[in-house]
This record gives sequence, structure tokens and C-alpha cells, in this order.
Amino acid sequence: MMSRKTLDLWVGVFVAIGFGALLFLALKVANLSSFTGAGLYEITAKFDNIGGLKVRAPVKSSGVVVGRVREIHFDNQTFEAVVTMSVESRFAFPKDTSAKILTSGLLGEQFIGLAAGGDSVNLKNGDALKITQSAVVLENLISQFLYSKAAEGGDKKQQ
Amino acid sequence: MHRVAGLLRRLGAHVTGMIWRLGFATRFFMLILKHSGTSFRRFHLTVREMYFSGVQSLIIIVVSGLFVGMVLGLQGYDTLVRYGSSEALGVLVALSLVRELGPVVAGLLFASRAGSAITAEIGLMKATEQLDAMEMMAVDPIARVVAPRFWAGVISMPLLAALFSAMGVFGGYLVGVRMIGVDEGSFWSQMEAAVDFEEDVLNGVIKSFVFGVAITWIAVFEGYDAPPTAEGVSGATTRTVVTASLWVLALDFILTALMFRGN
Repeated sequence: MMSRKTLDLWVGVFVAIGFGALLFLALKVANLSSFTGAGLYEITAKFDNIGGLKVRAPVKSSGVVVGRVREIHFDNQTFEAVVTMSVESRFAFPKDTSAKILTSGLLGEQFIGLAAGGDSVNLKNGDALKITQSAVVLENLISQFLYSKAAEGGDKKQQ
Repeated sequence: MHRVAGLLRRLGAHVTGMIWRLGFATRFFMLILKHSGTSFRRFHLTVREMYFSGVQSLIIIVVSGLFVGMVLGLQGYDTLVRYGSSEALGVLVALSLVRELGPVVAGLLFASRAGSAITAEIGLMKATEQLDAMEMMAVDPIARVVAPRFWAGVISMPLLAALFSAMGVFGGYLVGVRMIGVDEGSFWSQMEAAVDFEEDVLNGVIKSFVFGVAITWIAVFEGYDAPPTAEGVSGATTRTVVTASLWVLALDFILTALMFRGN
């Protein structure tokens, strides 16, 4: 039979290793360290079509993650999607910043890309972005392409 | 006609027996909860059991976690490289470990490593009338023997599952980055971007906690309910491993369906 002191030590080591592993998962794997502690401010943007954008999708500017999508809802007055984003306070953007819905890679997830404008006044909490560009929907792209091809063919016949 | 009646009678007796056992198991669970004050007041009892079910499971958990992670790294790379997205290896390894494999495989290992030992120990204590002797001395065997083992298992299981996942991620890193040569930066950064703390890590911890409750409950109950003979104890030990493993898999399906219904 082990004396109680040594046994306590081993259990202590076990619990420490267990919590260490949990800390590793939280900090290194899930990267909890960012987006906590630092203040956030919210901005909204209206899109005609958000495609496959989801809540918690990243908000990027120049490819760097500056925030996350917090909420998506449908505005029944204007028939547009309203996307609320939380952006970290240490990143300030001019008031005429524009938002685009982009896709990372060919099959990747969708995210919001912010392109800074030139205004001297910065965005505040609760502000709305004026200039937005919707997600590219493959079906629309194909129909546009077919339409322009058909128009081209028509022009040639007339000549 | 006579044979059919006999068959029906045996079937009925089997079903009633199962319901009786289910009822007893539930009452037993309530008794454990009622008497668990002792296992926290006299915490050294629980710490002692944590040594047997937690510390002594460390080696098997660490080694299996490492190997599962390394296999995931190899297999995942082989599949991902066909789609030209081998940098997503970190995401694949981390998500599959944290969400599923960590809690489930650690649970299965815990059931066979610690659960069987708990059942055998309590069953043997019952067979050698140690539990009766305790009652004779006005010591409640549930408070003194069962509850500390139960809580030790419930505390140990999430820690073991987290360790399993962490070791697995490390194993995936060893194979993916060190051996195959996936870019180290994108391995970690894509993992950090894709794995969510609440959605993935915390849900994994909840899963392993539920598995811990189920496994140790089955283990202590089978031990306490074992017929006080050599065959009885051996049968109860086998039943613990089989029942606990099946419950881990069944509960995993239920919990996964509840947690990850897709956005």
C-alpha cells in the first residue's frame, strides 16, 4: 500500500496534466485567447444575397481576421439580409468602408471581406455599412454567362 | 402448447428481471447521490480512487491518443492531398479528436481499464462479505466504498479525454508536420480558425463527463449487484465492459445529434 503523501502527489500530477491538456485544447487548438478580453464593436450591413454565409464566419480585412459574424436575419421591409458583425475595437475602419461576401478557395467557407474607404470619420458601434456586395451565386453567374453568350450570337447574326 | 407457455413464461421473467434491475440501478444511483457528501467531506477517499482509475489509466490513454492521432495524420493526409488541401490536416485531426474520438475512445478505454477493475473490486468485496461487515459496523458501504469510486471516475474521465485529444493533436502534428512535411504555420492556424471553444472543445468535455457518469454508474452497479460467487463476479465484470461500451456509443449518438445539428 502506497503512503498517502506519494499517492496525493500522483493524483495531483494527473489532475494538473488533465487540466493542462484542456488548456492546450482551449488556447492552442481552439485559439480562445483571441477575441476575449479585447473590446468589440458591432456594425451591420445589408446584402441582397448572403449565399452560404453562417454565424461565426470570420470577418477579414486584407485577409486578416478582424472580427466574426454575430447574427444574420432577414429584413421583411427591404427584403434584404441584415448581417451583424463584431469587430475588435483595436481595428478602426473609416465610415465609407465596404463589405463583400467572399469565398476562401474554390470550395472553402464564406467570409466577409472589409475594404477600407477614405473617410476621416471612423465607424462607431451600431453603424451600418452603406456599400455592400453580395455573394456570388453560381447559378446567377452561369445564367449571366449564357445570356451574354446568347446576346453575342444575336449581334453576329444582325451584322 | 406447453412449450409455448414455457417460452412465454421465460420471456416474461427475463423482461421483468430487466425492469427490476433498471429500477434497482436508478434507486442505486439516487443512493449514491444522496451519500456522496462523504466522498467530498473525506476527499482523501476519492483521491485514493482517482489514483486507481485516473492515474493508472494515464499510460494507456497517452499511448493510444498518440497513435490514434498519428494514424489520423497519415490517413487524413492521404485523403486531403487528393483535393489539394493538405493544409487542412490540422483541422481534420483536431476536429475529429476533440468532437468524437477523444471522448469516445477514451471512454471505451476507461470502461475496460477502470470500469472492469471497479466492478471486480466491489463484486469481490461483496462476495467476501466485506460490505456486510461494514454495515455491521454501522458504516454505510455506499458512502464509504461506492460513492468515492463513482466520483473519482466522474472527475477522471473528462481529464483523461482531454489528455487523449491533446496527445492525438500532438501525434497528428508529429506525423503531418515533422514526418510528411505539411506547412507548420497553416497546420496550426487553420486549426485555430476552424475549432471553436464552445462548439467543439466544451461539447467534447460535456460528452466525456456524461460518459464518465454512465461508465462508473454501470461499473459500481454491476459490482454491487453481482452474485457473490466467482462466476458472478467474472460475469459482472464482462457485463460492465460490454454494457458500458454500448452505452458510450449510444449516448455519443444522442449527444452528437443534440449538439451538432448543423447550422
